[in-house]
Amino acid sequence: MAGSTLEIKDLHVEIEGQEILKGVNLTVNGGEFHAVMGPNGTGKSTLASAVMGHPKYEVTQGQVFLDGENVLEMEVDERAQAGLFLAMQYPSEISGVTNSDFLRSSINARREEGDEISLMKFIKEMDEAMDTLDMDKNMAQRYLNEGFSGGEKKRNEILQLMMIKPAIAILDEIDSGLDIDALKVVAKGINEMRNENFGCLTITHYQRLLNYITPDKVHVMMQGRIVKTGGPELAQRLEAEGYDWIKQELGIEDETIGQKA
Amino acid sequence: MTVKVSLPFDKDYVTQFSQGLNEPDWMKTLRLNAFDKAESLEMPKPDKTNIKDWNFTEFKHHAEGEKIESIHDLPFELLNLLDHEKEQQNLIIQRNHTVAFSSFDKKLEEQGVIFTDIQSAIRNHGDLVEKYYMTDAVHVDEHRLTALHAALMNGGVFVYVPKNVNISEPLQTIFWQEDPEAALINHVLVVAEENSSVTYVENYTSNNKDVKSSANNVTEVIAKAGAKVSFGAVDNFEAGTTVYTNRRGLAERDATIEWALGQMNEGDTVSENITHLLGDNSHSNAKTVAIGRGTQKQNFTANITHFGKGSDGYILQHGVMRDKSSGIFNGIGKIEHGASKSNAEQESRVLMLSKDARGDANPILLIDEDDVTAGHAASVGRVDPMQLYYLMSRGISKFEAERLIIHGFLAPVVNQLPVEAVKQQMKQLIERKVY
Repeated sequence: MAGSTLEIKDLHVEIEGQEILKGVNLTVNGGEFHAVMGPNGTGKSTLASAVMGHPKYEVTQGQVFLDGENVLEMEVDERAQAGLFLAMQYPSEISGVTNSDFLRSSINARREEGDEISLMKFIKEMDEAMDTLDMDKNMAQRYLNEGFSGGEKKRNEILQLMMIKPAIAILDEIDSGLDIDALKVVAKGINEMRNENFGCLTITHYQRLLNYITPDKVHVMMQGRIVKTGGPELAQRLEAEGYDWIKQELGIEDETIGQKA
Repeated sequence: MTVKVSLPFDKDYVTQFSQGLNEPDWMKTLRLNAFDKAESLEMPKPDKTNIKDWNFTEFKHHAEGEKIESIHDLPFELLNLLDHEKEQQNLIIQRNHTVAFSSFDKKLEEQGVIFTDIQSAIRNHGDLVEKYYMTDAVHVDEHRLTALHAALMNGGVFVYVPKNVNISEPLQTIFWQEDPEAALINHVLVVAEENSSVTYVENYTSNNKDVKSSANNVTEVIAKAGAKVSFGAVDNFEAGTTVYTNRRGLAERDATIEWALGQMNEGDTVSENITHLLGDNSHSNAKTVAIGRGTQKQNFTANITHFGKGSDGYILQHGVMRDKSSGIFNGIGKIEHGASKSNAEQESRVLMLSKDARGDANPILLIDEDDVTAGHAASVGRVDPMQLYYLMSRGISKFEAERLIIHGFLAPVVNQLPVEAVKQQMKQLIERKVY
């Protein structure tokens, strides 16, 4: 089998003392596209953040492996260097650091000293990726996410994805706040990544993104667990019928975790 | 009980010093009057910093500097301040208290532009200098240090740009305190006549890590109607030098004064940067970045005072404090009565890199007019863990992520410095001081 494997086993996660994830099991292999769906407040974004190592989330139980390596023992930068990538829902704004300097640092961070990407090659790759994403070229010289619109931030996350070329990417609500044209552009960028060496976990609560990025597997999350897994047809049924039938099937009254929205 | 602090020099010394330089009578008189005032005036009282015991009186007052025949004879760290691709057309290097090297574009000279050391200017352009020297911007009797400055001034430059002359290439000065004991009492006077424009950049550097000395520097920038002055500076005095620096601008109608001040001193420092927006629709953008380390104490005041209608002022101060250093950043936006439709904005941020460092950002808005807009942002804190997380999530190490964030934080001034070499040198200074 080509590509990497991300294994999430019985993952329990707390934030500020409140348990959000209550035993998540999920495996993503290279070449596979997975979607995690679910209503708001069911723990989807927590899963993404905990796997990447967000400082506010504490893993209390369970394991995460990337190709057998214990991800939870790694620092955030080590997780990235091992091949993980998270397209964030709310990326930070960093004044004074240009988008292109940041991207070059990111690319060079996973290359040996003395083997840094040449400036020409970097510019060429960035130009191509920006064309695919229909981004204004002067975005390269703007400060990282500073003053970017919501849509520009999302495109910029996908630009990083395309430039960094991770083994496994998690996309956290990459569709939120995008109009349909922007959504198509972002999906085009993600689909260009498709190959047997790239695995992707897309988190969304709208089915519409999955019209453009067809998943191999769809998981539904409720109450901090994955409660149902199926193929692309599951996403379509959710779009048509909503989540109530799953709740009824499983006897769930409140799908959220505690009071947190 | 008042403690009378004795001055290290007497009136005879001041008289002889002035005569030795062949100064005209007005200058000698100005010095002697100032000397009298220095004895009685109080020290300035910067907010939250006690400078009572700081050394502004013990130093060697005069030291000659050897001439430099060619720029290539400069020591490496000074050579680094010059753009090598371009021929240095407009450059003055002051070594200790004398000019060691100067060059100036003949074409500018023909247009009536003056770019010369302050002593030559006093001798050769006395009327012009007398008109502006400590008359309208900085006054002799503001406090003890301004009076001492006037009495003992021992270096500096004069820039004069005639009406409608626009200078595209920057004018650059390097003030090199090679003698570790020598104090610099430097006066920079920039006069831009109506609808003229000039970019000026200066570097201060000294060699006294352990030897005690001081600097007491005054800059006056006069921008006449429609003139534009861009003023860049990198102050880099060594730890032995206690620094008082006072940079002041007066902007008349439709004039613009831009400041980009890199305050990279290693010693205790009080810095004032005040701009008076006198004329209608005048504009100032005052940016300061500073780094503190060791046990260094620093106090920065940026003040833009609005007199003219529709005047626009923007203050930015960013400081990085590490070790046990302390840095106070006072930002003052003042709108006088009558300055309607004015806008006073400011942003002061301090980044703390150690728990023993102290940082204060004091935003002050003083507004005496109704029809205005004003705003301020201030913060003191550590490197944002969310920014670190974001950068690290792309594989960048924590060390490198912090480095990027700090350089970015100090970029507003770095990016505005006009000479590429000075920009690069400032980046290197940041690198050296933070790591």
